Amino acid sequence: MHEITITSGRNMHLIDPYLTIWGWEIPVYLFLGGLVSGILFFSALFFLRGKADQYPTIVYRTPLLAPLFLALGLLALFLDLEYKLHVFRFYTAIRLESPMSWGSWTLAVIFPMSILWALMHLHRVYPQIKLPFRWLNQGIAFLNRHARLFAWILIVYASLLGMYTGILLSAFNARPFWNTAILGPLFLVSGLSTGLALNLLLAKNHQEIQLLSKIDIMAIAVELFLIIHLFMGFLASTQIHIEAAKLFLGGPYTAEFWILVVGLGLIFPGLLEFLEIRGRCIPRQIAASLILFGGLLLRFIVVEAGQYSQWFSW
Amino acid sequence: MPRYAMVVDTQRCVGCADCVVACKTENNVPDGFCRDWIVQDVTGVFPDLQMEIRSERCNHCENAPCVRSCPTGASYIEEGGIVLVDHDKCTGCKACIAACPYDARYVHPDGYVDKCTFCIHRVKEGLEPACVEVCPTQCLHFGDLADPNSEVSQLLKTRHYHTLIPEAGTEPKIFFLT
Repeated sequence: MHEITITSGRNMHLIDPYLTIWGWEIPVYLFLGGLVSGILFFSALFFLRGKADQYPTIVYRTPLLAPLFLALGLLALFLDLEYKLHVFRFYTAIRLESPMSWGSWTLAVIFPMSILWALMHLHRVYPQIKLPFRWLNQGIAFLNRHARLFAWILIVYASLLGMYTGILLSAFNARPFWNTAILGPLFLVSGLSTGLALNLLLAKNHQEIQLLSKIDIMAIAVELFLIIHLFMGFLASTQIHIEAAKLFLGGPYTAEFWILVVGLGLIFPGLLEFLEIRGRCIPRQIAASLILFGGLLLRFIVVEAGQYSQWFSW
Repeated sequence: MPRYAMVVDTQRCVGCADCVVACKTENNVPDGFCRDWIVQDVTGVFPDLQMEIRSERCNHCENAPCVRSCPTGASYIEEGGIVLVDHDKCTGCKACIAACPYDARYVHPDGYVDKCTFCIHRVKEGLEPACVEVCPTQCLHFGDLADPNSEVSQLLKTRHYHTLIPEAGTEPKIFFLT
């Protein structure tokens, strides 16, 4: 046997018996960050490919929501801070070793970019809305003249945003379940998939729905591959990583992860999308909602399981 | 430049928790929190059991993951290798808490993250940390690893010791004599 007991009494708020430092705020932010990354990535991609008129929902309409989602995500991040008055401190330092510092500076770039991208396309969706101020109209006209360059930068930052949400967690060596390089690509692909799902929910023309379903099936396949890879990596690693994997292979997160995230959030909607492409009449809203639900739950479970997994067990 | 470290003689420690009380008093640690604590580590198969009693705290790691993860520079390594938190820069994002494999940090009710400081305010005056000073069995030793003649250096030369979770690569500076 090997038993470690704290005998001086220790039951610190948020720390013992296992970490609960990050509640709903962080998973909600990670979800919204991933979602916005997916929305902006595909919007910029199809814009650059000159498909704006063919796929108006992807390129113009859904990105109008991106700043709103990102603002809600930032609000969740802010609510998570214990010392809210010091929020400005994120922007008084550049810490290259800290993923959170990278993330806060990425957000400082992509949030205004998402607003500008929405304003650049506002007139196409709502021609009746006129922007106030002459300088704003001139600025947006200037950006529209350089829209291709803007879109390229947007693709880079959208990818950074999607990837960072996973890297933020995977950089924590102290939490075995987070300590895997797979989380970065997994959260990126999951973010892209939720972005596609929201587009699918809002899309109206058949051509767009078909395209979104096709790309999403690929994203789901990659996600499933990464999830399998994640567990293979853990099981081939050290004892603490094997213990972390066991949380999902018979442990407390087994049912909710495999049934709700993998089954209901990935495989089932992937199947529905496949049948829809094959011509079956299935409301696309079902698959899209399930993917969004799966993406949100994935982040809730990963954030909680990471805090639950530890080196010590007392 | 000094490299401060602590050596805990587990052969002497009886787990009385005087160090815990002294720390709470000296540093005004709020109710429900502690900067150091006592652990009983039991291994073996009955009746051949072995128990190690340890007084644990922040390991003031040479390769501190809390300092690396801090997005604002609030967590930093002070001269002498003591890991500290600058309350004025701390946002309470809790990244350092997630990064610490020893769970040695907590959120102070005032919002900033708090932890053992090796009683730096006392060390600067030439005193020992409060926990070391009060230990009735004299199992705690504090000193400078850079000085080969210091008590801690001599103890590490002459006795067997281990550190906590060395495989995490943090290079802790709390040593446990066995």
